[in-house]
Amino acid sequence: MRITQGTFSFLPDFSDSEISAQVEYCLKNNWAVSVEFTDDPHPRNTYWEMWGMPMFDMKDAAGIMHEINQCRKAYPNHYVRVNGFDSTRGWETVRLSFIVNRPKHEPGFQVLREEGPGRRIRYTLHSYATEKPKGERYKD
Amino acid sequence: MNPDSGIPQNLPDDTPVDLAGAFRDSRIQEVLDQLDRELIGLKPVKTRIREIAALLLVDRLRKGLGLTSGAPSLHMSFTGNSGTGKTTVAMRMAEILHRLGYVRKGHLVAVTRDDLVGQYIGHTAPKTREVLKKAMGGVLFIDEAYYLYRAENERDYGQETIEILLQVMENQREDLVVILAGYKDRMEEFFRSNPGMSSRIAHHLDFPDYSPQELLSIAKLMLERQQYYFSAQAEKAFQDYILRRMQMPHFANARSMRNALDRARLRQANRLFARNQAKLTKNDLVTIEAEDILASRVFKEGLPDDKAAVRQGAIK
Repeated sequence: MRITQGTFSFLPDFSDSEISAQVEYCLKNNWAVSVEFTDDPHPRNTYWEMWGMPMFDMKDAAGIMHEINQCRKAYPNHYVRVNGFDSTRGWETVRLSFIVNRPKHEPGFQVLREEGPGRRIRYTLHSYATEKPKGERYKD
Repeated sequence: MNPDSGIPQNLPDDTPVDLAGAFRDSRIQEVLDQLDRELIGLKPVKTRIREIAALLLVDRLRKGLGLTSGAPSLHMSFTGNSGTGKTTVAMRMAEILHRLGYVRKGHLVAVTRDDLVGQYIGHTAPKTREVLKKAMGGVLFIDEAYYLYRAENERDYGQETIEILLQVMENQREDLVVILAGYKDRMEEFFRSNPGMSSRIAHHLDFPDYSPQELLSIAKLMLERQQYYFSAQAEKAFQDYILRRMQMPHFANARSMRNALDRARLRQANRLFARNQAKLTKNDLVTIEAEDILASRVFKEGLPDDKAAVRQGAIK
């Protein structure tokens, strides 16, 4: 099941030049761009691992593309996303976040139902991938 | 080349080429004119910049006709004594290359050894890469580049920086231009001990020392920018000052001129203060008189001002 998280997630995967153009857009708006990766893509997991520090004071996308590619090389079977952080007062938040790398095989999620008081049903999601310990998910 | 990129593949050999039009569109003449106006002398440097501009422009036209145009290597080394305008030209170079579309952003990142070389094992590579990343799309200017290589210490981390630099200079030519700068003799030594670096640098530009006449024009240009003027006697005195100062140690071309003018302004202000009763006009405020220049220690003791100050301090 293809995971749809962040911006552009219903579009086909971006090519490098398309990613570069998006990064260029972030830089044009003075957003700090960062690269993050994870093997636990639960929609509520906001804490992905950081690939180095967020990159401030960058003028061109080439340097950031280099970091993205380094991260993709190190974690070819993880999810990798690019964030654009706006530090303007009043915003101080991530303005753009999109996935640039995903595992070849995405097993998807199971809906779990829990019986509550008064026969009420509570729903939650369970990622099949997280059944394996960290580091062993998305091996194939 | 991509067949659907819209670039014609096989044009007849007599397809007309609008070189003049392309030249106009790039607005490169503006920058070259500005260079001529604001930089006195430096003939060989200006000639080379013109050549580079021509090459890039022709390359762009070739690309438009679907001819191969491998990105030429534009890494440069600027050699010359201090105060000959290396940094200023580097800044202009970034702008020129940007107008010609060779670099994407056209900013200049000026660094020295401290910004590139780390303090412990494993510190250098990330530090160098950080600087390189910031310079991407622009020009990286490494001042006094020979400090990167220390022959007496083979475990010096500078070597690591040089290796990373070489790699990027070779593989990411379209992403950034590297300019190395420093004194001529020490740069030559640096290139001798790093042949890899030397062979990757296509343009070696030598900045000649200025002649006394050029120095005077530079000084006048600097004054003009600060809205001051020499009186006729002051100009003569300053000519004399230049000739004397050039013979002294630690002469730094245009930089010495700037320092001398700063001190002349100081003395002018003092002089105006000393005769506080007299009526002042706007003319008094903008004119540097001969006495402001003749008060310099260069005339009195035959020593540059800053050196004399140091000596005086020692006596006290």
